[in-house]
Amino acid sequence: MTFIAHDTLVWLSKSIGLFYLLILSAAVVVYAYWPANRKSFERAAKSIIEGEDRPWG
Amino acid sequence: MAQLTRTERQIALALFVGLAVAGLLMVAGGRADPLGLHGALILGVAVFGSFGIISKYYEPLPGADRLREYYDDPSKFGVVAAMVWVAFGLFMGDWVAWLLVNPDLTFDAAWSSFGRIRPVHTTSVIFGFGGNALIATSFYVMQRTSRARLPDQLSPWFVLLGYNLFCILAVTGYMLGITQSREYAEPEWYADIWLVVVWIVYFVTYLRTLARRKEPHIYVSNWYYLAFILVVAMLHIVNNLAVPVSLGHAKSYSLFSGVQDAMTEWWYGHNAVAFFLTSGFLGMMYYFMPKRAGRPIFSYRLSIISFWGITFFYIWVGSHHLHYTALPQWVQTLGMTFSVLLLVPSWASAGNALLTLNGAWHKVRDDATLRFMMIAAVFYGLTTFEGSFMAIRPVNSLSHYTDWTIGHVHAGALGWVAMITFGSIYASVPWLWKRDAMYSARLVEVHFWLALAGTIVYVFAMWNSGIVQGLMWRTYNESGTLTYSFVDSLIAMHPYYIARAVGGLLFLIGALVGCYNMYMTIRAAPQRKRLASTSDMPAAVPAIAPAE
Repeated sequence: MTFIAHDTLVWLSKSIGLFYLLILSAAVVVYAYWPANRKSFERAAKSIIEGEDRPWG
Repeated sequence: MAQLTRTERQIALALFVGLAVAGLLMVAGGRADPLGLHGALILGVAVFGSFGIISKYYEPLPGADRLREYYDDPSKFGVVAAMVWVAFGLFMGDWVAWLLVNPDLTFDAAWSSFGRIRPVHTTSVIFGFGGNALIATSFYVMQRTSRARLPDQLSPWFVLLGYNLFCILAVTGYMLGITQSREYAEPEWYADIWLVVVWIVYFVTYLRTLARRKEPHIYVSNWYYLAFILVVAMLHIVNNLAVPVSLGHAKSYSLFSGVQDAMTEWWYGHNAVAFFLTSGFLGMMYYFMPKRAGRPIFSYRLSIISFWGITFFYIWVGSHHLHYTALPQWVQTLGMTFSVLLLVPSWASAGNALLTLNGAWHKVRDDATLRFMMIAAVFYGLTTFEGSFMAIRPVNSLSHYTDWTIGHVHAGALGWVAMITFGSIYASVPWLWKRDAMYSARLVEVHFWLALAGTIVYVFAMWNSGIVQGLMWRTYNESGTLTYSFVDSLIAMHPYYIARAVGGLLFLIGALVGCYNMYMTIRAAPQRKRLASTSDMPAAVPAIAPAE
C-alpha cells in the first residue's frame, strides 16, 4: 500500500505542479522587471560598494 | 571572549557544563561502544571550554562602544578554521588518491582503509572547509549589507564552535568505524541531532540580525545565504530520520528502505550540492566579487531571477543520480528535465558574474584574488553545463559509476567552490584583521597558479579515465560478450590515477602556501598601530558617526 498512487502524483505534477511553476516563474520575472522596482534594485547593487565600514545609528 | 558581557559569560559557562553532562551520560551509557569514546571527547571539549571561560571570567567587561563596530571575531575564527580544515581535508584527499594508485598505503590499519578515509576527506573539505567559510562569510556579509551588528556575542560562537564539534565528531567517528553509510550524511544520530541544534541557532541568529538591519533592502547575497541555511536544515532533518539501536549505541537504522531510501538520500545528496555547495557560495560571490572589483553587479535583476530559478529547480533534480535503477521511470525523467532547465539560472549567475568584470579586466590581470573569483565563475559555468549534460539519461549510461562523475564533482569543488572561497578569504583577511593587504601578493599568485594547474590536471585525468572506463564497460565482441574484464579497465585507469594524485598534490601545496600567507598577514602589525608609530603622520582616529 502506498500513500499516494502513481496516477495521482502524475496528475498532480501535470496540473497543479506545472501551473505552480509557470506562475512562479512569471511572478519572479514580473517582480524583477517591474519598472517601479528598478530604482531600488540599482541602489541595492551599489549599496555594497561604500558606506558600510561600521553599523549605522 | 573580551566582548562577551557578564550574562553571556554565565550562559556560556552553563552551556559548557550542560555539554559536559551530556558527554558524561554518553560515556556512561555508551560503555564499550564507540559512543562512549565520543562521549569522552565531548566531555574533554566541555571541560576545556569551561576552564577557558573561567580563566577569563573576571576580565574587564566590554564597553558600549563595541556596538559601534561589527562583531568580526567569529568570522576571524571561521576563516582560520576553514584554512585548517582545508589543509587537513586536501591532505586526506590526496592520500586517498595515492591509495588508489598503491593499495598498500593503508599501512595495514583499519582506520586508514579507503572506506573510512574517503569520507574523512569529503567531510573535511565540504563541511569543515566549506561550512566554516560559509558561516564566517555569512556573518561578515550579513552585518555589512544590513549595516547592523550581530544581535549578541554568544550565539555566533555557539554556532561556530558547535559546528566544528560536529565536524570533529564526524571525522573521528569514520575512523572508529561509525557511519550511517549515507553519502555526505555519514555521521550517526547523536551528531545529527547536535547539528540540528546548532543549525537552528544559526538560522535564528541570521534572522535576528536581519531584523535589526538599518538598510531596508535585503541584498541578494543574504537571500542565497538564507536559502542555504533553511534548505540545509530541511534536507538534514529528513534524510537523517533514523532510529538508534539504543540510546547507548552509536548505530541507527534509517526510517526509509529500498528505493525510497535511495531517493531520500539523493534528494538530500544533490541538494547538498545545490544549497550547501552552490547557494551559499553564490552569496559569497555576489558580495565579494563586486566589492573586490569595485563595480556593482552587472544586473541585479538577473541575480534575483537566477536566485528563484536555482532555488525552485534544484530541489527536483536529485533523481538523476538514480537513472536505470528501480526508481520509477517518470521520477528519473523529472530529475533529468529539471537538471536541464537548471542550466538557465546557473548560466545566468555565471554570466552575470563575468559581465560584472567587464571594464575591470585589468584588475583581473593584476590581482590574483579577483582572478580566483573570475576562474570560479568560469568553472561554475562549465560544471553546471556538464552537470545538466550528464543528467541526460543516455549520457548518464556512459558516465555513471565511472570517474567522469569524480571529475565533474572536482571541477565543481576545486574549480568553483574552493576558488571562490580562496578569493573571498584573500579579500576578507586584510579587511578583518585591519591590514593594508595580504602579507605577500606574490604568494597569492603562486597559490592561484598551483590551484588552477592542480584543478586542470585533476579534471582532465578524470575525464579521460571516466570515458575510457565507460567505453570499456560497454564494448562487446563478435560473440556478444564483454571484450574487457573489470580488471582490464582497472589497469587502464592506473596512469590517470597517478595524474589525479599529482593534480591533487598541486592543489594541496597551493592551499598550504595560502595558509602560510594568511598566518603571516595575521601576525603582521595592524595598520592603525603602524600609522601611529610614524611620528610625522597624524594618528588615524576613527571617525565616529553621530548617534541618530
